[in-house]
Amino acid sequence: MQQFVNTLLGGITLGMVYAAFALALVLIWRSTRVVNFAQAPMAMVTTFIALELIEHGQSYWLAFVVALVSGAVLGAVVERVVVRPVEGGPELNAVILTLGLFIVLHAAAEVVFGNRYRSFPAAFGIRGMKVGDTTIALTGFGIFTILAVLAVMALLVLLFRFTDLGLKMRAAAFNQEVARLLGVRVGRLLTLGWALAAVVGSLSGLLIAGGSLVSPSYMDTVVVYGFVAAVLGGLDSPVGAVVGGLSLGIALSFVSGYVGSQLVALAALAILMAVLFLRPDGLFAPARERRV
Amino acid sequence: MRRLAAAAWRITLTRHLVTAAAGLLVLVVVMESVDDFRAVQLTEMAYLGIAAGGLTLLTGLNGQISLGHGALMAVGAYTTALLVSDDPVVPLVVAIVLATAATTAVGVLIGAAAARLRGPYLAGATLALAVALPGLALHFKGTLGGEQGLRLRVPETPGWVLETAFFITGHDLTRSKYVAYIAWLTLVVVYLLLANLARSRVGRRWRAVRDDEVAAELAGIHLGRARVSAFVVSAAAAGAAGSVMALAVRLTAPTGFTLTLSLGLLTAVVLGGLGSLTGALVGAALLTFLPSVITDAGTSMGLDDIAAAELAPLVYGVVLVLVILLAPRGLVGGIEAGWRRLRHHRHPVVPPGSITTSDAAPSRAPVATSKGDSR
Amino acid sequence: MNTRTRRLVATTSVVALAVLAGACGAGGKDDDDKSGGGSAEVGVTDDSITIGGTFPLTGVAAPGYSEIPTGAQAYFDYVNANGGVNGRKITFLVKDDGYDPTKTSSLTDELVLKDKVFATLGSLGTPTHNAVVDQLNDDEVPDLFVSSGALAWGDDPGSHPFTFGWQPDYEIEGKIIGQWVSENMPDAKVGLFLQDDDFGADAEKGVREYIDSQVVETQRYTSGNTDVGPQIAALQASGADLVLSFSTPAYTALGQLVSLKLGYTPKWYVSNVGSDPNLVGALLDQFSKGAVPGSASSLNGVMTSEYIPGIDQPDNPWVQLWKKVWDQYGKDGELSNYRIYGMSFAYTFVQALQAAGKDLTRDGLVKAIEDKGADFAGPNLAPYRYSSDSHFGISGMEIVELEDGVGKPLTDVLTTDVGDADIAPDDSGQADDAPPASGMPE
Repeated sequence: MQQFVNTLLGGITLGMVYAAFALALVLIWRSTRVVNFAQAPMAMVTTFIALELIEHGQSYWLAFVVALVSGAVLGAVVERVVVRPVEGGPELNAVILTLGLFIVLHAAAEVVFGNRYRSFPAAFGIRGMKVGDTTIALTGFGIFTILAVLAVMALLVLLFRFTDLGLKMRAAAFNQEVARLLGVRVGRLLTLGWALAAVVGSLSGLLIAGGSLVSPSYMDTVVVYGFVAAVLGGLDSPVGAVVGGLSLGIALSFVSGYVGSQLVALAALAILMAVLFLRPDGLFAPARERRV
Repeated sequence: MRRLAAAAWRITLTRHLVTAAAGLLVLVVVMESVDDFRAVQLTEMAYLGIAAGGLTLLTGLNGQISLGHGALMAVGAYTTALLVSDDPVVPLVVAIVLATAATTAVGVLIGAAAARLRGPYLAGATLALAVALPGLALHFKGTLGGEQGLRLRVPETPGWVLETAFFITGHDLTRSKYVAYIAWLTLVVVYLLLANLARSRVGRRWRAVRDDEVAAELAGIHLGRARVSAFVVSAAAAGAAGSVMALAVRLTAPTGFTLTLSLGLLTAVVLGGLGSLTGALVGAALLTFLPSVITDAGTSMGLDDIAAAELAPLVYGVVLVLVILLAPRGLVGGIEAGWRRLRHHRHPVVPPGSITTSDAAPSRAPVATSKGDSR
Repeated sequence: MNTRTRRLVATTSVVALAVLAGACGAGGKDDDDKSGGGSAEVGVTDDSITIGGTFPLTGVAAPGYSEIPTGAQAYFDYVNANGGVNGRKITFLVKDDGYDPTKTSSLTDELVLKDKVFATLGSLGTPTHNAVVDQLNDDEVPDLFVSSGALAWGDDPGSHPFTFGWQPDYEIEGKIIGQWVSENMPDAKVGLFLQDDDFGADAEKGVREYIDSQVVETQRYTSGNTDVGPQIAALQASGADLVLSFSTPAYTALGQLVSLKLGYTPKWYVSNVGSDPNLVGALLDQFSKGAVPGSASSLNGVMTSEYIPGIDQPDNPWVQLWKKVWDQYGKDGELSNYRIYGMSFAYTFVQALQAAGKDLTRDGLVKAIEDKGADFAGPNLAPYRYSSDSHFGISGMEIVELEDGVGKPLTDVLTTDVGDADIAPDDSGQADDAPPASGMPE
């Protein structure tokens, strides 16, 4: 029983991180129709920036904020300089481009920060909570993870539903030509969309790093799980991304705990293929024809 | 006589066979002039080249991307390692053929799934494949050796090979060079088959599907079949590559088939020029030989050894991004375009059809054409 | 020539050029024959010996282990400054394999074929070295003092005549702790936390020889996957109150961390290779930003084993020698147990070279270790087992309990061998050896 509860709780915490990462992918997909495979190393780089600050004696929270801000800058720069020229072009070029960025950021981080495992501190306690005389695997940092992702989701909903800026961003994503005719400055909004997505991605990087080991490749599998989560929810749906991330996290945690940790990635692949065949639009998209 | 030769030359197969024979000649000359360590490196270039050759047809001619070719190589490598253990079940050549066959079978499965996906979805799914498949080797530890993988001993070089080699070159054939010859012979055979396939009706269908699905369908091409066949052919090449890799590395372990390998193959084919076998070979050569040059440059710039070793992937990544942004045809495509421009300049009258009939894509394949981008 | 012909010619020449460029480009031609003078052996000249090894300088196994070659290097610098061995200076080439067996294989090719080393020394890791042990023996390269306690290095000199182990193998470590548990904690419910390769398997074999019936749960982790939550949760669920952990340092830290998260507080025994209190403590300290008691004391109460004196014994004459060497020739950083480990096998290597005499050959070196290795003096607490029938290294160890980074002995030095050999206190007096005044074997 205790093992069941703890596996479930571990899955929820991890699932929230996947959800945040999937959310970042969805934001970019909605605005530019690009799946940003470089999201993982982007988050890794900002996490390492935070780690460097912490190791140089700065406070955790300052490092946290700096990481998010540098995520925004990185996202904007990448969109403006690298992705802009291939937007609207052959989709294969965009895919190869983000994979190229993946390699570049990865290698750059290995040169700058070193290719070794380092421990990343957690902001809150990493001891499990006591319920009666059993300890459950819900730590202070775990609760913070869940709350942080929920808060980000709420903010995004507020932004897109209730602000002028959010409305314009939706318009630009929906139909660039029409939006442009209506006087929306589409280019800027696309950059903003990437910056926003990179912030959310950086958050997921910081959350998964807390109280664990980080190395330049620590996010590599997360890009796979994040992608599966995003497809699970339908690449277009932010709510779907969150639900997809959460369910994937729980499913994988049970696979790891009861079947074997070596099969986790294979389970994710199986889930991905099942979804693509049965409901290619994801579990949360309105039913309509689309070729994937 | 001249006309006879010219006529023979016009037959694709003859041309490819002559090229292959010339390639073999070059191979023997090169192999005999290098030391064992270079031979080991050339073996690495060969297996990367074989896999890249398959990938470049898939992505360049058929427009499908695959980040899972590392995993397909693993299938070929594990099959080989199981067949050629301390006590080989079958001769080496048979092992390579069987490994290729096994990978082809897996390719049918994956290809059937992949044919329904495109662009980023296909990339994501094959990415998941690359990450997931090594898990099987850990799960079936008893047969596949788990984390430690399967060790393999290259069987004794057959006597007749040693004698032939001595007869031709005048000195003894070392084990490393024996493996290098196997690798390059495999490469020549695979490239010969791929080149013929690309020029055949099958190849034209692949291109038609890539360029315009609707038009291809109207012309009576079965889209799904064209896609699956392209994937299967490409998987077979990856299987042969994996088989050679198992012989060269002498160990087949999950860590040999990480995402880095798959991304490296993609880098090779894009750098060389999508759709071009020559480009794939050039890309494989860069992947094999450039790192030590870059690392040395890094060390002389004052980086420590470990940081310098990471410089090579950095350079590849940057070049990959630049190629996509500036020269989507890759190195070979770019050089050919320059060459043609030069020639046009000198001979303003171009014989009709000389460009449009140009074959297996290197000259004109845009990197990844999508709908509406065909010319 | 028509267009096609031209294109084809161009293509062929590109291929030929690429192959040729590959052949002679990167790096240029190798030096023909490095060995000058009278000696004809690979990697040996009248005034030099070139050796090499593969170590994880990057990746998940790098913490701690990356310091080992720096220790060996410092000791060789010391030896070279004091005249070398038989007038020959030692050059030690270190390659980073990132604990990736596939890389180990190609780097070993590089050491043997390109750098033309005389021998490999101290190459680290069970899965990694497994990848190259055939290769080295086929090429007849002495493969000395592998930094791993797997059985494969010593149990079969017939098929691996050039390979030698050095540290106590994992099976005898398992036997010794197994026997201790059966005698001192007969009621304990034992859980095993194992690395999923020969390291874990060999240790499990030794442990089960004594306490098979006490083991209630076995969990394995895969090196590279840093999420060990499910494994520790399963140990907790089994009710194990003593966990024997055969893990590398990073995984010892992760295991401790997850146990904290789950409120799981069994008694721990951590294998010698994964128990450095300073390193594990430092990792844990950072995770928690002080929530876990800092540095070395975080492993208080944890049991482990020792087979050479470490930095917790500053008065030991060997440690004083290592301190002197490190102060003179060490690079960045402090003397650590890992550096001492590197210096210790370097010391044994120098001993072996001396035993092989002035006419150094690969066969001669192997024979010297087989003939004289069992009597080598050194920092090892128990004697080596080298002979023509066994290439195993140190034959025993003592069990200690950690207290603020210092190991308090729970037993004498116990010696044994693989298989059903008995466990007995060491009576050879090996542990009382002190280094010669010169700091070099005599």
